[in-house]
Amino acid sequence: MENLIWLIPVLPLLGFFVLGLGAKQLPKGVAGMIGCASVLASFVLSLGLMGAVFSNGALEQNLFTWVSSGTWSVDFGFLVDPLSLIMMLVISGVGSLIHIYSTGYMHDDERHNYFFAYLNLFVFFMLILVMSNNYLLLFAGWEGVGLCSYLLIGFWFKVDEYNEAAKKAFVMNRIGDLGFLLGLFLILVNFGTLNYDGVFNAETLSQVPVSTLTTITLLFIVGAAGKSAQIPLYTWLPDAMAGPTPVSALIHAATMVTAGIYLTIRSHVLFDLSPISMQVLTVVGLATSIFAATIGLKQNDIKKVLAYSTVSQLGLMFFALGLGAYVAAFFHLVTHAFFKALLFLGAGSVIHGLGGEQDIRKMGALRKVLPITFIVFLVGTLAIAGIPPFAGFVSKDQILLAAYEKSPLLFAAGVIASLLTVFYMFRMFFLVFFGQSRVEHDTLHHAHESPISMTAPLGVLAVLSVIGGFLNWPALMGGGDWLQHTLAGVLGMEEGHEHHHAISASTEWVLMGIVVALVVAVIALAYSIYVGKNTVPVEDEAEQGFGRVLSHKYFVDELYQALFIKPIQFLSEWFGRVVDPKILDGIINGVGQSITNTGALLKNIQQGAVGLYLFVFALGIILLLALQILF
Amino acid sequence: MDQAIFYGLALIAIVGALATIFFRNAMYSVLALVVTFFAMAGLYLQLKAEFVAVVHIIVYAGAIMVLFLFVVMMLNLNSVNTIIRSNVNIKWIAVLVGVGMAGILGYGTYLTTLPARGVNSTENGTVKVLGKMLFNEYLLPFELTSVLLIATMVGVIVLTKKEE
Amino acid sequence: MEKSIFDTVPLEQFIILSLILFCIGMVGVLRRRNMIVVFMSIELMLNAVNLLAVAFSAHRGDPSGQVFVFFVMVVAAAEVALGLAILMMIYRNVKSVDINALKQLKW
Repeated sequence: MENLIWLIPVLPLLGFFVLGLGAKQLPKGVAGMIGCASVLASFVLSLGLMGAVFSNGALEQNLFTWVSSGTWSVDFGFLVDPLSLIMMLVISGVGSLIHIYSTGYMHDDERHNYFFAYLNLFVFFMLILVMSNNYLLLFAGWEGVGLCSYLLIGFWFKVDEYNEAAKKAFVMNRIGDLGFLLGLFLILVNFGTLNYDGVFNAETLSQVPVSTLTTITLLFIVGAAGKSAQIPLYTWLPDAMAGPTPVSALIHAATMVTAGIYLTIRSHVLFDLSPISMQVLTVVGLATSIFAATIGLKQNDIKKVLAYSTVSQLGLMFFALGLGAYVAAFFHLVTHAFFKALLFLGAGSVIHGLGGEQDIRKMGALRKVLPITFIVFLVGTLAIAGIPPFAGFVSKDQILLAAYEKSPLLFAAGVIASLLTVFYMFRMFFLVFFGQSRVEHDTLHHAHESPISMTAPLGVLAVLSVIGGFLNWPALMGGGDWLQHTLAGVLGMEEGHEHHHAISASTEWVLMGIVVALVVAVIALAYSIYVGKNTVPVEDEAEQGFGRVLSHKYFVDELYQALFIKPIQFLSEWFGRVVDPKILDGIINGVGQSITNTGALLKNIQQGAVGLYLFVFALGIILLLALQILF
Repeated sequence: MDQAIFYGLALIAIVGALATIFFRNAMYSVLALVVTFFAMAGLYLQLKAEFVAVVHIIVYAGAIMVLFLFVVMMLNLNSVNTIIRSNVNIKWIAVLVGVGMAGILGYGTYLTTLPARGVNSTENGTVKVLGKMLFNEYLLPFELTSVLLIATMVGVIVLTKKEE
Repeated sequence: MEKSIFDTVPLEQFIILSLILFCIGMVGVLRRRNMIVVFMSIELMLNAVNLLAVAFSAHRGDPSGQVFVFFVMVVAAAEVALGLAILMMIYRNVKSVDINALKQLKW
């Protein structure tokens, strides 16, 4: 079994090649089958590794030397420890569900087969990213998922706006990737290797100055901020909703955007040694979390709301990382993958049912039309809101506890962020499923519940959203802190060293109670506004005051437009208008022109007069002789 | 005695050469050149290069100059109107260039240290010695000259053949 | 020690003589427009060099120089034969032996 590790990423790659090369020939049914089967097989293989990894620890497998250059070399090798195995299970598990869902969702698309090819390629790169045993291979996967993200956001490339979104995502990611790459160079220079075991070696680490480690980790944060949509590079994620909904669920909610968190946890040894970076993580995470949540309050596109919610939740995870609560962050990553995938797929089901409508102002009272979607969406919303015993409650609670441990102020900020999340999630939920129907007549007439291929994955994800919390059910409430113990080896924590032992059990209960009570109160508030009073969000143009600022996302896009894009465009145009045609072309054409002119001038010598030739010949010989004799 | 002969022959050669290039009539030029060649053959004899002297007279004075004469007579170039006259100054510039060349070469000679005299035997210039050298050390170039001559013969025939 | 010309006439004088002849030939080549005379001037230059070669050969006591003169003569003979043939062709075409009559040489 252990020898088959390499098969886990290779199967989706194989699927990609078969689907990509045979896209024109394969019927849709077969293509869907291949796509699902390859990912599902990876999932089964990952499951098979569970016993060995969770009981014996990490498995490492070097396939071959990938890069060999002078004093250092990098192996194409895999490291499967509990951390990466759980990531693999999430990727291939949620991935399979989303593949199955896509067979229904994308059924009528003409480029159905390419869609599955891209999805498979994405899964391959994502698995490479988490399974690698060195930073270089991780970086390869990192770039690969960025590519797939670009391809899938711009999947409907006939719409210009979507292409713009894809480009934006790609460019924003490149900015982050540059930071990451510089960090890798620094590691290579200072450690002489890119292998995890070489870098995380205590002996080597002690010889590297803290300032260098801080620089490296700060650069990693830049990379993570790009990939995981944190301030200031988050603007691509909401626009990335241009892609098909399963893509949003898989890439932009469950897996790819968590790569930054995975990277940070993987490099926790470095982060532990640089307090400044930890503070940066905390600040960036918290700021992003609150910032995105406030924007979410005024969004009216069902997918945009979820996108900002994703940014906000990722911010929360970064916040937890900054606090050193790696387990809590990772736990939230896993549960978030479940319920956010569920919410996105649910939203996809709504959109599918309404024939492409995404504006929540044109929905309402859909619980009778889409009963199954309604139930799973409710589960997802409760999970993200943090109602016990849903998954989100447990993971979010652990983050907030970690914050309280540092300072009550951070705790309060975290609570505000999560309450904002609760409000806008329920605002959306009520606007979509309750109240009066605002659906256009024709659309409502055709509205239908989604096929079984879509509802089945929704059901599975709903179950996972409910029980996901038991992965790390706290000991306080009779659980086993399973994840905490499992990851202890990876994170270098001693067994039995309970993370929140600093807080007494009673305080913990009280805090939990306060949070839950507040959440319930906010839900009630949302209910009274959007169901009781039947309030419907006004048109974007009609927004006043701060609401206008929020609905325009704080004008960040406009700010970036003015600060970076406009100057660069101006510069490019200037280069295109002046430098290239006038100066560069001028030089090159000038050289050609001057040669032509010289030739035209010299051609007069070439008259065909033998007498003149003889003269020049003789003079030349005299000149040569003179040079030879006189000098 | 040798000295007097040398200066005499040298004078004849130089005058002949000058006459060659200054006569307007090509016929006179040819004849002047023949005189120069004979003077040079005399110099060869003074240098005890009998074989070269004989071949020189046979080839140059006998064959080449006859060929020239033949062509001049055939073309009948005494009528001057076929010569296009343009710039008279060219003539003086040509002389100037020639004098410049002589100056440069002379100065070069003046600077050069000449090699020491070797032992010169009377045998050196005879057919016997040269024949042995030609058929031993210089066999390949010697055979190749025959190829060259054949090629030339063919070329000349092809060139001068009138197109039908 | 046999009697030699170099006892009374030093090598330098042979060099100067051949130098003068060479330069006269060159002036002829540059000055004259009649192709036949130009040819003859070239022959004159060749002979000046031949004279020099024989003089050095005698001076050094090495017959190789005279062998070279022999080869030069062969080449000169071939050259004259070909050159005069070409000259005939030119005359046939342009009815002139002026070197400047052949302006088409630039193509």
